[in-house]
Amino acid sequence: MSDWITAGFWLVGATFALLASIGVLRMPDVFTRMQTSTKASTLGVGCLLIGTATQLSDTASVVRAASIGAFVMLTSPVATHVIARAAYHTDVPLWSGTVADEWHEAMDRTDDTEGPREPRATSRGAEEPPADLD
Amino acid sequence: MLEFVTQIVLTMLVGALVIAFARVVRGPTLADRIVAVDLIGILAVGLIVVSAAATGVQAFLDAAIVIALIGFVGTVAYARYVERAEET
Repeated sequence: MSDWITAGFWLVGATFALLASIGVLRMPDVFTRMQTSTKASTLGVGCLLIGTATQLSDTASVVRAASIGAFVMLTSPVATHVIARAAYHTDVPLWSGTVADEWHEAMDRTDDTEGPREPRATSRGAEEPPADLD
Repeated sequence: MLEFVTQIVLTMLVGALVIAFARVVRGPTLADRIVAVDLIGILAVGLIVVSAAATGVQAFLDAAIVIALIGFVGTVAYARYVERAEET
């Protein structure tokens, strides 16, 4: 019985790992590739670990498998975030079909708030000469 | 039955490793290669976990823990290096 559970989880996990790998090869963009590679680290390794823990069914093995799973699931978002930040800062080109780039819009918004601040200073400077004339 | 499934699963994982390595070779930017190397580390953890249960050697799980740790630290270090290299 445990053999069947192990076989099922392993097949699901290996399928997810293979699909994530194919996605990393075929996706058009660094950020979309990152999104597919996360499937391998969460679903793929998670299912493989559940299968191994079911097969070994030993306290030390189950604890080790659980710690590997917890570590991978905790660190994979952090690593992905750091890579995405570095890629965006180094001006990696986005895919041509990208529909949302909120970080760039936020940068534009800060540029706009800094932009009116310059004309406001100049307009205040323009208001001051009449005050000097008075 | 489980031995046959183990062979299939190991073959699929090695195929996934080869495909991820193709992205390391092709990747146009450094960030693509970092993503692919991170994926290779994750796949190596999965491969070791499967072979630990297939051979019954428990010490393989310790090796998987170490590879997961080093893969995370290496990915973060590479990403910081890319960001730092762009700044200077």
